Amino acid sequence: MRRIYNRVERIAGNVISVRAQNVSYRELAQVASGRGVSLTQVIRLQGDMVSLQVFEGARGIATNAEVRFLGHPMRTAFSSALLGRVFTGSGAPRDRGPVLDENLTDIGGPSVNPAKRIIPRRMIRTGIPMIDVFNTLVESQKLPVFSVAGEPYNPLLARIAMQAEVDIIILGGMGLKHDDYLYFRDTLEENGALSRSILFIHTAADPTVECLMVPDISLAVAERFALQGKRVLVLLTDMTNFADALKEIAITMEQIPSNRGYPGDLYSQLAARYEKAVDFDGAGSITTLAATTMPGDDVTHPVPDNTGYITEGQFYLRNGRIEPFGSLSRLKQLVNGKTRADHRTIMNSMIQLYASYRESLEKMSMGFRMSDWDRKLIKYGERFEKEMMDLNVNIPLEKALDLGWIIMADCFEPAETGIPTRMIEQFWPKK
Amino acid sequence: MTASHGKIAGINGNMLTVEFDGPVIQNEVAYPVLNDLRLKAEVIRIRGAQADLQVFEDTTGLRVGGPVEFTGELLSVELGPGLLGQVFDGLQNPLPELAEKCGFFLQRGTYLEALPRGRKWEFKPAAGQGAAVRAGDVLGSVAEGMFTHQIMVPFNLPGRYTVREIAAPGSYTVEQPVATLDDGASRAQVTMLQRWPVKLPITRYAERLRPTEQLVTKIRILDSFFPVTRGGTYCIPGPFGAGKTVLQQLTSRHADVDVVIVAACGERAGEVVETIREFPKLKDPRTGLSLMERTIIVCNTSSMPVAAREASVYTAVTLAEYYRQMGLNVLLLADSTSRWAQALREMSGRLEEIPGDEAFPAYLESVIASFYERAGIVRLNDGRLGSVTIGGTVSPAGGNFEEPVTQATLKVVGAFHGLSRERSDARRYPAIHPLDSWSKYPSLIPEDQLMLARRMLRDGNDVNQMMKVVGEEGTAIEDFIVYLKSEYIDAVYLQQDAYDEVDGATPADRQKHMFERLYSVLMARMHFKDKAGARKFFQALTQATKDWNRIPMDSDEFKAAERRITQMLAEVTPNA
Repeated sequence: MRRIYNRVERIAGNVISVRAQNVSYRELAQVASGRGVSLTQVIRLQGDMVSLQVFEGARGIATNAEVRFLGHPMRTAFSSALLGRVFTGSGAPRDRGPVLDENLTDIGGPSVNPAKRIIPRRMIRTGIPMIDVFNTLVESQKLPVFSVAGEPYNPLLARIAMQAEVDIIILGGMGLKHDDYLYFRDTLEENGALSRSILFIHTAADPTVECLMVPDISLAVAERFALQGKRVLVLLTDMTNFADALKEIAITMEQIPSNRGYPGDLYSQLAARYEKAVDFDGAGSITTLAATTMPGDDVTHPVPDNTGYITEGQFYLRNGRIEPFGSLSRLKQLVNGKTRADHRTIMNSMIQLYASYRESLEKMSMGFRMSDWDRKLIKYGERFEKEMMDLNVNIPLEKALDLGWIIMADCFEPAETGIPTRMIEQFWPKK
Repeated sequence: MTASHGKIAGINGNMLTVEFDGPVIQNEVAYPVLNDLRLKAEVIRIRGAQADLQVFEDTTGLRVGGPVEFTGELLSVELGPGLLGQVFDGLQNPLPELAEKCGFFLQRGTYLEALPRGRKWEFKPAAGQGAAVRAGDVLGSVAEGMFTHQIMVPFNLPGRYTVREIAAPGSYTVEQPVATLDDGASRAQVTMLQRWPVKLPITRYAERLRPTEQLVTKIRILDSFFPVTRGGTYCIPGPFGAGKTVLQQLTSRHADVDVVIVAACGERAGEVVETIREFPKLKDPRTGLSLMERTIIVCNTSSMPVAAREASVYTAVTLAEYYRQMGLNVLLLADSTSRWAQALREMSGRLEEIPGDEAFPAYLESVIASFYERAGIVRLNDGRLGSVTIGGTVSPAGGNFEEPVTQATLKVVGAFHGLSRERSDARRYPAIHPLDSWSKYPSLIPEDQLMLARRMLRDGNDVNQMMKVVGEEGTAIEDFIVYLKSEYIDAVYLQQDAYDEVDGATPADRQKHMFERLYSVLMARMHFKDKAGARKFFQALTQATKDWNRIPMDSDEFKAAERRITQMLAEVTPNA
C-alpha cells in the first residue's frame, strides 16, 4: 500500500492538503521540508483529498514535499522512565535523554464511565490560607486560575505542586515563556520533586499549533498512572494559548466562528480535556489545575467563560492575591465539614466581614461619615489582607484557623461577628 | 424492507458523508463499520446520492471508502418495565452494565440492551379476551418498585384491535408475548417491551389540557413567587457558579411528582456522580423508599460524544412521555439545554448551513420550541390524567441573557427563573433574581398579598439604589423602612438554607402559614426613633424569623418562636 506522497495540493495557514488513498481519520503523517521533518495529523477527509494540520507550522513546506503516512493516531510512550524527563508538545525529548517508545498508548482516549467515578473526598493541602480555609482544593478537582497576563500564576501553580501531597506531577506548558519553563524545572529540582515529575513543554518560541497536543499527551500519561493507583496532579499553563491554537486551525479550515473568532466546539474541546480529572472507583486520581489568562481582565471572554462552565470552581488571581469574591471551589463542601469544627464558621464569617470592609472602604472613598463600626471593619480588613490573603503566607490549615480567631478577637466583640454563640464559647480566644 | 448500504466519501469531525444505493430515510440509524466495530450514526441530510450522517462516537480511524450499513429504522428507545432506577447514556445504554463489560472507559461501538432481558415480572392481565382496544390502552400490569407499571397496546399500532389472547397471571420476561391482538386483517403479538422513535412525541391520549395544578417543589421562592404547574415548562438561565445545578438537584429531590427523569446533557460528570451515588441513599419523603426508585438518569456528560447530547434530551423526554401514558406525573430536568444547542451548532457548521445569531442554526428556535411542547398535562383514553413537566437550565455565554438560546427558550416556557451573579456572589441562595424572573402560572399565595410583597421588593431595591448616591443620612426614615422590609422578605423567605433539613424544604401549607406572618410584617405601620433603631429591630426580627424557619412545624417550639415574632412586632406598632 502506498503511504508516501510527493505532491502537496494546497497550503493555507498551518494546514496542507494532499491527494491520498486509504488514509484513516486522525492518522499521523510526517512531512519533510527544508527545516526537517514535522508531524502532521489528518483533520478532514473529502474524497481522496486529505487535510493535515502541521504541528511545526507549514512555513517552508514545498509543493513537492514528501508526505509519509504513519498509519496510527497520536500516541505516547508510557513507563516509569518518563519520570524526571522533559518533552516537547509532540512527545519528543527536550532534554538530552533518549527517545522513549515503550508501551505506546493512544492520546485523547474515550471518556470515563460516570458509573466508575466516585464522589471526591480528600482535601489537598497547599499551605495557602486563601485556598485551604476559604476555597479548599479537593483531590480530582479541575480548577482554573483566572488571571490577567502579568499575575504570578506560574509561581502559584509551582507552589501548589510543591506542597500538595501527590505521587506524580505532570506539567503541560503551552506557549510558556522560556524563563517560566526554566523556573518550573528549577523549582521542581530544588525541592527534589523533579524525579516524580514529567514535563511536556511547548514554549512561546515553538510553532503555535504544536501546543494543541500538550493537554492530551499530559492527560493520557496522567490517566495511565492514575489507573495504576497513583495520585496525579496535572498543571496546565496556559489554556488560553491552547484555545487560540484551536481558533487558528478552525479559521484556516473555514469554519464558521461562533464568538470572537473561536470555533463553535470550544466548549466541547475544553471539556474533553478538563473532564479527564477523575477519582477512579478502585484506582488513583487526576487533579487538574489550569492557568487561564483573561484578555483584558474580562471573565466573559469566550475562553474563561466556557472554562467556568466546565470546571468545578475557579481561583481569581488579582493584584497578586487570590480574590475572595468570585473565587470558588465547588467541591469544598465535600471536605471542609471533616477538617475542624470551626472551619466552615471561619470560612463564612471572615468573608462576610471582609465584604463589609469593602463596603466601608467604598463609603470612605465617597466621603460619607465613618462610624465606629466602619473603623473597626477597616482595621480588620487591613489585617486580613496582610496576614491571610498575602500569597507569601505559608501556614497549615489549623494555624490559619487559629489566626482567623485571633484577628477577629483583636478587632471585634464576639456579638458583632454574627457567629453562633456555641462556636464563640468554644473557640473565641480568652484574654 | 431491505436496508441500504453505503460507502464513506468524506469525514469531518463527527460528520460523515456517505454514498449510498437504495432508499434511505431521513433520521434513520446507520452504522459505519471499522474493523469489528459498528459505530452508531444518524442520517441528518440527504443530497442526491450522498447522505450526511452524524456519528454518536469518536470517528478516529474511519477511512474514505469504508462500508456503512443502513438499518431502515429511526433512532428509538426501549420502553417497558425496568427503566426506573437506571442510569443510561444518551443512547440508552445502561452505564453500570457498560462499566462491567468495558471497565473504566466508555468504549465506542459497544451497545447494550436498555431493559434487562432475563428479569421476570409478575404480569396481571386487565383486558379480557374479545375486548376492543387501541394504541395506549391497558392490557395488564406489573409491579415496578412502588408503581403499577401498565403494559399497554404498543403505541405504533394504528387503528382498532380485538384482544384474541391474553396471558394468564404469572411471571414473564419483557420479550415473552403477553397478548395477541387482531385487527381483522392481521394478528399482532404484544410483549412488555416496545420501541418508539425518540424524535416523535407519544400522543396516544384523548386530549391535552391546560396546566393549572401547582407542582410543589418546597423551594419558597419558586412555589410562592414563580410557581410551576404540572404539565408546565420553565427554564433556569444563569452564569456559571450561580447554582443552576444545585437548584435542579434540590428540585429532583423534593418535587411532588411520581417520576423524575434527570437528563444531564453536556455538563460535568462529577455532578451526575453525586446524583448516582447519593440518590440510592436518600429517602423519598412521600414513600419512604429510596429516591432512586422513582428516578431515571440519562447522562451524556460534557466529554462524551457531542452528537449523543441531542439524543440524550430526546431519549429523556420519550421516557417521560411513556410514564405519562400510565397516568403518572413526571418531571423532566434537562441540564443544560445550551449544551444541546451547541451540539446543533457544531453540526450545522459542519453541514455548512447559513448561520444565524452567534453561528447557531436558523432553526434553533423551532427545535427548542418543539422540545418544550412535548410537556403537558393530558387526559388519557380512559379518563385518567398524566403529566410531563419540563424544566431546563440554560447556560448563556458570559451570563448574558440576550443570547439566542435563552431568548428562544423564553418564548416557549411558562416560567423564567433567572439566576444572577450578583445574588450568588452575595451568597443569597437560591440565587433566583426576584425582580427579573416571572411565571405565568398561578401561585399558592393569594394574588393581592403576593402583589404587595413584589411591590415592596421593587420599592426596596429603588431605595437601596438611591441610598448608594445620597447616603443613608440623605434617606427619609419611611423609605428606609421600606428598604429594610424588602431585605427582610429576601433574608427570611426568598433565601433558603439548602443544607438545613427543615429550612431546606418548605411544604405548601407551611409556605402559606409563613407568608401570612410575613404579610403582617409588611402591612405593619412601624415607629422608630431613628434609623439605627430600625436597623437594630430588623436585624433582631430577621434572626428570630430565621430561627423559626429551622424549627419543625408541628412542635411547641414552633409556636413559641412564632409568638416571639408577634410580640416583637407589637412592640414597634403601638397603634395596631
